[in-house]
Amino acid sequence: MSMKFVNDTGTVFVREFTPALREPLGLLITMGQPLLFLLLFGSQLDGAVAFGGGVSPWQWFVPGILVMMCLFGPMGAGYNLLIDMMGGAMERMLVTPMNRAAMLIGRTLKESVILLVQAALIIAIAMPMGFRLYPVGVVAGLVLLVVFGVGLGALSFVLAIKAQPSGSLFWIVTQVLMFPLLLLSGVLLPMDAAPAWLRAASVVNPVTHIVDAERALFAGDIADVSVLYGLVSATAIAVVGLVWGTRLMRRGI
Amino acid sequence: MIHARKLSRNFTVKKETIEAVRGVDIDVPAGQLIAFLGPNGAGKSTTLRMLTTLLPPTAGTATVAGADIATDPAGVRARIGYVGQKNSAGEDYRVRDELVAQGRSYGFTWAGARRRADEVLDRLELAPFAKRKPGTLSGGQRRRLDIAMGLVHRPDLLFLDEPSTGLDPQSRADIWAHILRLRGEYGMTLFLTTHYLEEADRMAERVVVIDHGQIIADGTAEQLKQDLAGDHITVTTHDEADAATAAEVAARFARPDAVSRDGTAVRARVPHATAALPEYLRALDEAGVKAATADTERPTLDDVFLALTGRSLRENDTETPAA
Repeated sequence: MSMKFVNDTGTVFVREFTPALREPLGLLITMGQPLLFLLLFGSQLDGAVAFGGGVSPWQWFVPGILVMMCLFGPMGAGYNLLIDMMGGAMERMLVTPMNRAAMLIGRTLKESVILLVQAALIIAIAMPMGFRLYPVGVVAGLVLLVVFGVGLGALSFVLAIKAQPSGSLFWIVTQVLMFPLLLLSGVLLPMDAAPAWLRAASVVNPVTHIVDAERALFAGDIADVSVLYGLVSATAIAVVGLVWGTRLMRRGI
Repeated sequence: MIHARKLSRNFTVKKETIEAVRGVDIDVPAGQLIAFLGPNGAGKSTTLRMLTTLLPPTAGTATVAGADIATDPAGVRARIGYVGQKNSAGEDYRVRDELVAQGRSYGFTWAGARRRADEVLDRLELAPFAKRKPGTLSGGQRRRLDIAMGLVHRPDLLFLDEPSTGLDPQSRADIWAHILRLRGEYGMTLFLTTHYLEEADRMAERVVVIDHGQIIADGTAEQLKQDLAGDHITVTTHDEADAATAAEVAARFARPDAVSRDGTAVRARVPHATAALPEYLRALDEAGVKAATADTERPTLDDVFLALTGRSLRENDTETPAA
């Protein structure tokens, strides 16, 4: 990784992050949303689902909610790119000698930073309610999430680029994809109770494997085979997203 | 500064191939102010996008500011500035933040980028708006910001795609005053596209006319008007018999095929209308023809375009771009 790549990524990241710092209210609301979800929905789970083995439902629910946020944030990242493309800001950046991949990664890093802060908040709140912290597993889980998030973000950029000039394709695809991906991944409820066809659909959903991996990692089972599947899914999404996105930018938007 | 050979670009729209740019050859020496003139869809922007590495050509080559657009796009990008048709500052960002980010994009340090941002804010009289978002600026101010963004890294060559389109006359004049002043200060080569005839006529040292993706004329505005349209004198008489005589007399001043008569009006294309008219009137006197009215016409670039294509650029202006 060259110095230029690191510098350019930093530049794009700072550019993306500055408006949020200038007007922190929006940032606070973004940060607060998962907490609401955690308290309002998580508390219902507490009594409704039997997890067995005396494991706190929070152990199961916290990684799920993090994956869910990881879906919403980076997918939304394409929206900012879309705005920059419909105006002339993206074009202006493409005329600079900035590294192309850095333009994509720097943008997704903003979502990653927000995600990490959100994760820290959620964990801090869940701990007094019975969530047990396995530091190594949690750090590994967050790294996995960042890889997944960068990949999703890059795919969201691909979509934004393809959605030009009107941008409506971006909305259609994200709206159509988001909920099936989410519901089929077992983020909200365990898939065990689902009918067979639903479980079959769930297996081909890459998000399922990432959710499973996160749950294993957050339970401290670093060597669990689901971690490997999750890692493969996240890496595949990141590679496809970044290669595709960078190629599109090189070819001219 | 620019050497392009056989530059071409095709687009495929609904399985149909559209040749947007067809074999453009162009050489621009350092320091020149060159205007690319043509109707909407003529290929101006597409050519510009190829020269600025935004779009790879389908065929042809070009070196821009000493670097090859295909093999060394990063080299081209480092040396050129580009002011696109759309606003280059993001909607959600403060003016100064965007200028700093732009400086960083060209490899400035953070401190250097901040210093330079303040400089260009001053140069373009934008300092009072440093903390505003672009959406709160007027059209003219936004355009000045676009130019400031293009100048952050002090490029030797600045491309401007329709720099004054959509602005009111006062803002247009203001933008031009800035462009010309900055050019004097930085000694830049300026390559701009426009469909405003007056602008190309008054501002550019060289006008390149493009239509249907091909260059159809290239020279100073004066040359083009002289060679392709020419001055005209028009005289009307009281009756058609006089007009017929007047047309015969006119043939002495102009080539016979450059004289036309329509009822009592005689129109002739001559090298220098203002000098030719008094002589012509004296000659009419000698021939016993009394002129009722007399007028000279200097050609515009629109006449040039009309002479070249049989169409008027002004008509094209009002047309919506073809779907």
